[in-house]
Amino acid sequence: MTLKDIIKPENLVYQKTKLMTDKPLSYCPGCGHGTTHRLIMEVIEELGKENVTVGVAPVGCSVLAYEFMNVDMQEAAHGRAPALATAIKRLWPDNVVFTYQGDGDLAAIGTAETIHACNRGEQIVIIFINNGIYGMTGGQMAPTTLEGMKTSTSPYGRDLSLMGHPLKITELVAQLPGTYYVTRQAVHTPSAVRKAKRAIKKAFQNQIDKAPGLSFVEVVSNCNSGWKMTPVDANNWMEENMFPFYPIGDIKVDGQLVK
Amino acid sequence: MGELKLMKGNEALAEAIIRAGTDGYFGYPITPQSEVLEYLMANKPWEKTGMVVLQAESEVASINMLYGGGGTGKKVVTSSSSPGISLMQEGLSYIAGAEIPILIINVVRGGPGLGDIQPSQSDYFQATKGGGHGDYRLIVLAPSSVQEMADFVPVAYDLAFKYRNPVMILSDGAIGQMMEKVEFFEPIPRLTDEEVKARYPWATNGKPKNGERRILTSLDLDPQRLEDHNHHLQEKYREITEKEVRFEKLECDDADYVLVAYGTSARVSLKAMKLLREKGHKVGLLRPITLWPFPTKEIQNMVDRGVKGFLSVEMSAGQMVEDIRLAVNGKVKVEYYGRLGGMIHSPEEVVDALEHKIIGG
Repeated sequence: MTLKDIIKPENLVYQKTKLMTDKPLSYCPGCGHGTTHRLIMEVIEELGKENVTVGVAPVGCSVLAYEFMNVDMQEAAHGRAPALATAIKRLWPDNVVFTYQGDGDLAAIGTAETIHACNRGEQIVIIFINNGIYGMTGGQMAPTTLEGMKTSTSPYGRDLSLMGHPLKITELVAQLPGTYYVTRQAVHTPSAVRKAKRAIKKAFQNQIDKAPGLSFVEVVSNCNSGWKMTPVDANNWMEENMFPFYPIGDIKVDGQLVK
Repeated sequence: MGELKLMKGNEALAEAIIRAGTDGYFGYPITPQSEVLEYLMANKPWEKTGMVVLQAESEVASINMLYGGGGTGKKVVTSSSSPGISLMQEGLSYIAGAEIPILIINVVRGGPGLGDIQPSQSDYFQATKGGGHGDYRLIVLAPSSVQEMADFVPVAYDLAFKYRNPVMILSDGAIGQMMEKVEFFEPIPRLTDEEVKARYPWATNGKPKNGERRILTSLDLDPQRLEDHNHHLQEKYREITEKEVRFEKLECDDADYVLVAYGTSARVSLKAMKLLREKGHKVGLLRPITLWPFPTKEIQNMVDRGVKGFLSVEMSAGQMVEDIRLAVNGKVKVEYYGRLGGMIHSPEEVVDALEHKIIGG
């Protein structure tokens, strides 16, 4: 088979979703943001919802998400995306509404907005990227930073007696009656990507089906720049250290805790 | 003449919110304006007009709900009082930066900090000078009666959408709590989703088929583009300053001296003006209805016409007096009289202040 044969339309098995713009991603090479962006946009396209979707992405590495996601988007203040999404969904109940938030955003400054949107059972999707560090601002400690993990504001490693415990916010929101689907995924291997896509699709399908509650998808991700590792080392470190504390898999399905 | 009702200012405001075709109210209870949310919840407008009413978890959440809801082109409003409005400043700065039309109501109480729950006007600076970070302005309307609490709601929405700018109704605890007769405007129907999409093509409610996606943001990392955006905002503010100044003048045509007051202070000053006239002083009352834009030109005209002095009567520590002084530019005497911390001055105190600080001063 020649190259010309391979690129014939009938041989096409995969292409970039038209819901990702052509703008080059601003994320560091090896970062999981790009893959997660693509999965969300693929899901929106496959569900045929590109003309009713509104995304909200606030401060952090994903602050420019609207540059890449080819749907209507609003940029929110740090931590406030669930409040914006609440109003958007309540005022346009047939729209598909999602937030895209990092750990500092969702689990620190925006904890109140996160907990209360979940507890009210807003019919939105929250995508939560957890890389255990503040990536954009140069690698400071996040609420999800692991014990002993070195960051620029925990230079000798996170000391629980000084800095408190890493926050398992996903397990926390799973306890709230307003959440309908809560899952933790990753995007570091092809098989993880496929599972994460299934989870994201389920989350959006829940919203389209008007399931009674919020769907919450955590994506445990790397931050090779913040962790000061190569992308390969960062993924290995994530598997060895992040996954034991933040285990991958569904926590709540169809309103029932499964873990 | 329509039906007259006897209502609290806060209740009239809530009824006006429903009648103005509001799509969503998002708020958090705080004295002295909790009756707004209570009235809305009791009247179930979602059954009558489809309007959404939601008690948020905080003022921070409610202003950001306005950011999201206003961003979709719907008519959204929140109400609060001074400490709650302080919490909303972050959101207001973003909303102003992203040019989103919203309505915010401040029923002011005494401060600073937790202060008290009595009427005050000490949020004037915060309301008229921006309040949050960055160069921005709110259009600020100051009602001085229960009737105006109702009437200003549709006016505020019109201004908000005309200029894609947040508008504040700056009331106070006395007007929010007092009962007066009020005549309501005919209900304005809510726009349909199709009408919203047709009227507000900038709004993020699902990108149009065969159209570009819409982005609402206050971020621009390129300083040159952000400077350009700021120039655009300033141009808009200049236009508002030229076109949207509103005020009421009473007995100013022959006045030697003018009291300048808004809201509850204006009510007291009206009585003071009558007392001063009875004593033979030619005194008028200028009541700014828009606090921003401020009736600067009108004050300049008064100076040119021969007014000899102005007294700013405020329930704050001399905040509005600065705007009067800027307008007068040193040409005649401008003094301030006010009470603080939730105290309201008596008309006699105002009479005394004008006689001693301006006429005899």
